[in-house]
Amino acid sequence: MTDLNKVMVEKYRNDFLKEVEANVEEGNWVKMCMQCGVCSGSCPLGPHWEHPPQEIFMMIRAGKRDEVLRSESMWMCTSCYNCIVRCPRELPITHIMHGLANYAHRLGIAPKLNPTRRFAKMFWNNITAGGRVNELKLSVGLYFMDGFASGIKKGLEMLPVGLGMLKTGRLNPFGLFSGGHCKGAGDIRKMIKKAKEIEDKRKGFAA
Amino acid sequence: MADTKIGAYICKGCGIGERLDTAQLAMIAQKEGKAQVVREHEFLCNSQGVEMIKNDIANEGVNHVVIAACSRRSKAETFNFDNVAISRANLREGVIWITPADDDKKEIVQEMAADYVRMGCAESLKMQIPAGNPSHGNNKRILVVGGGVSGMTAAIEASKTGYDVLLVEKTGSLGGWAAKLHKRVPNTEPYANPMDTGVADLIKKIESDKHIKVHLNSTITKTSGAPGQFSADISTESGGTATENIGAIIMASGFTPYDMNKLPHLGAGKSKDVVDQLGLEALAKAANGGPIKRPSDGKIVSSVVFVQCAGQRSDKEGELPYCSGHCCNTSIKQAMYFKDQNKDIDTVVMYTDLRTPGNGEDFYRSAQKKGVIFTKGVASEVVPGSELQVKFQDKILNEDAIAKADLVVLATGQVANSGVDIEQVPQDEPGKWAANKQSVLNMVYRQGKDLPLLKHGFNDSHFICFPYETRRTGIYTAGPVRRPMDMVQAIEDATGAALKAIQAVENASLGRAAHPRSGDLSFPTFRREGCTQCKRCTVECPFGAIDEDEQRYPQFNESRCRRCGTCMGACPVRVISFENYSVDTVGSQIKGVDMPDQFSEKPRILVLACENDAYPALDMAAMNHIQYSAFTRVIPVRCLGSINTIWVTDALNSGYDGVILMGCQKGENYQCHFVKGSEIAHTRMSKIDDTLKQLSLEVERVKTYEVAITDIQRAPALINEMAETIQKIGMSPLKF
Repeated sequence: MTDLNKVMVEKYRNDFLKEVEANVEEGNWVKMCMQCGVCSGSCPLGPHWEHPPQEIFMMIRAGKRDEVLRSESMWMCTSCYNCIVRCPRELPITHIMHGLANYAHRLGIAPKLNPTRRFAKMFWNNITAGGRVNELKLSVGLYFMDGFASGIKKGLEMLPVGLGMLKTGRLNPFGLFSGGHCKGAGDIRKMIKKAKEIEDKRKGFAA
Repeated sequence: MADTKIGAYICKGCGIGERLDTAQLAMIAQKEGKAQVVREHEFLCNSQGVEMIKNDIANEGVNHVVIAACSRRSKAETFNFDNVAISRANLREGVIWITPADDDKKEIVQEMAADYVRMGCAESLKMQIPAGNPSHGNNKRILVVGGGVSGMTAAIEASKTGYDVLLVEKTGSLGGWAAKLHKRVPNTEPYANPMDTGVADLIKKIESDKHIKVHLNSTITKTSGAPGQFSADISTESGGTATENIGAIIMASGFTPYDMNKLPHLGAGKSKDVVDQLGLEALAKAANGGPIKRPSDGKIVSSVVFVQCAGQRSDKEGELPYCSGHCCNTSIKQAMYFKDQNKDIDTVVMYTDLRTPGNGEDFYRSAQKKGVIFTKGVASEVVPGSELQVKFQDKILNEDAIAKADLVVLATGQVANSGVDIEQVPQDEPGKWAANKQSVLNMVYRQGKDLPLLKHGFNDSHFICFPYETRRTGIYTAGPVRRPMDMVQAIEDATGAALKAIQAVENASLGRAAHPRSGDLSFPTFRREGCTQCKRCTVECPFGAIDEDEQRYPQFNESRCRRCGTCMGACPVRVISFENYSVDTVGSQIKGVDMPDQFSEKPRILVLACENDAYPALDMAAMNHIQYSAFTRVIPVRCLGSINTIWVTDALNSGYDGVILMGCQKGENYQCHFVKGSEIAHTRMSKIDDTLKQLSLEVERVKTYEVAITDIQRAPALINEMAETIQKIGMSPLKF
């Protein structure tokens, strides 16, 4: 158990709903769910979730902290916003899903091998490093996420696409080596660092 | 009354003139119909046409008018003349709109029209002008039984409209269950917080109203009479009896909470900390805004579970099968008692379907904002102990779980205080009448001491179509005795019932019928010397209007009568009749039809159609130009229950090839405007097969159908089906 996780368990005891309300983005909406199930029915990936949103809300109220935070479910959200549009109680469900995923990640208890989490992390590091996304680095990184052999295989599969992009000037092969950073990337890094400090302080993560 | 003088008026408008030979119809009215005045008119319903009729009534002495024009359902107000018997021959919807305009059909279409003119004149000849009920009462005071929110509201509303009210309450104070509430579910914007019950204001209004007389600690030991002339014996606790005269009665006897001791598995009776909703109201009232303490040891409650649908919406023996409608909102309100006092108290509402009628959805949302937890689950067991354990099945997570709480509230249902079930407790014999302690009204009606029940012990005659109407004229129900409900609905109910009661006394004082033939002046009479005292009319009257006198003859209470004619249909010796509707008025129409011989290939189909649904359905079919056989002759009847089997037998004997009866839906989801009429008719007709066999006729010749007002396609189709059947089985051999 990570330190932060221990702190939170200690702080909220059994009241997971309260913990979610305090720490998860838009978490104060969870109590407003009326269990109609429209979100679960609207989700294009619904059948592939272990616990669809409606169920996650119920689990939060039932205090199933570990089951929710260690779940792969909210990582399945593709931000299509179907659920938000349809929710009769107007819950920002997509945001709550991302909020939960983010919170679990911050606590260090999100599933380690979840591909969405790993990609999100890669994306974050990529964009915060230079203030803009280095697409070539990101996609190559994605190919090699599961090891060298599968990386080569995926790279070869995408070769025709890559060559096509090269020909039409949509891909700069030197991007792999040069930074491709924006101007004042260091300042952006500072800003993000400051924002994180503020958020941690507000949510009590600083301890 | 002067001699009958029939004026027959034949309209040529709406295409009747083009399609039919009206001169021939006029001749028939004169020669066969015995009409002394016969006139054709281009456009009978215009002012000129109506003036012509009025002139004949005033100057020619016409007192019976036959209008051969459109259906009786159109222009009813135009062709309405005082002190004149009116019959209608339906040439438009009944003939030209349902037949093809082809030349080769002209003959049979003309025959159809001619028959309707004959029928109209024949009916008119047998009719009398209704004079109004002579034995009506003029009392307009309204008796309200029950001093709860429904009863008090009904009393106040009636008084505000200008009627004297007598309010009888069996306990020592007004207010009923509502007076026992800490607060009520809100009935105004923003529907977010519990609010004051308002009972004190109602009581104050009652006490300061000089038109409302209140009897506390009193019950009704005897109710007799009819609308406009009821009499009630009111017994006080001290033993005294006051006899009061009233014109109408509103029964607002309310409900009794379901006995939660029947739910031991939910901890009721096993732990003091398991209470029902009224139990919690008492705790909240005692706390009066402070922390609510639990009954067992006085500990301040820090967690509470509300178990919804406790002993209701259940198919278990001894539990209530229905939803009481108010309990979800009530539990939400009670959860707020805790949350508003201390937001850290855990409040869980355990529900299967949260039903929040009215503006309850806002109230529900408000509770969620306050942090009340709603769990979709079914409680199976409450384990007593210093910390109660509610074992339940979580319906979302699909698993068994346990919720712990200091206090458990069971949302039990409402049981109607409807008195005795008259199907189970028979009425005393005449002359040996005794009051029953369980009865609310103790009515001296041959049919039983209390109102007939509709479903699950509630008093009503139809939840949707005829609210407040019971099956006893002049007695209306309001509030949870009628169906389960909350305070908002009870107040609405009470207002509605008060208006119904006012209608009843006003109609009664004019000698007219109440709903649904409101304003009808005709009333049933019987020929005493012909009566065999078979009691069928007494038993079959859906409204308990007929008593028996000491000599066991039927005693009609005209004011209680709804004029459906079910008694007339029931009477085996045909001694019951109305002035303008009798065995003769219909019988003479049946016989008035010109019957072609067996070899003419012109069958005759008689349709006896209920005027409430089936006849309008046929009219609407005509408006849509849906055709049916021109061999059909339709006679509207007040209710299928008024059909005397002699009509069917007579029709078959005089050569009709088929007879169709069309009435409203019967049974559990009935739509019969007279509740039981259609059902009774179906029962009677189920025995018609024997008659047919005696006449050596095929049983297919007589059919009874349930027809809804929307059966615009189906009703004509049923007629055409009969026409086909006749083609198959051949013409009736009984033609002359």
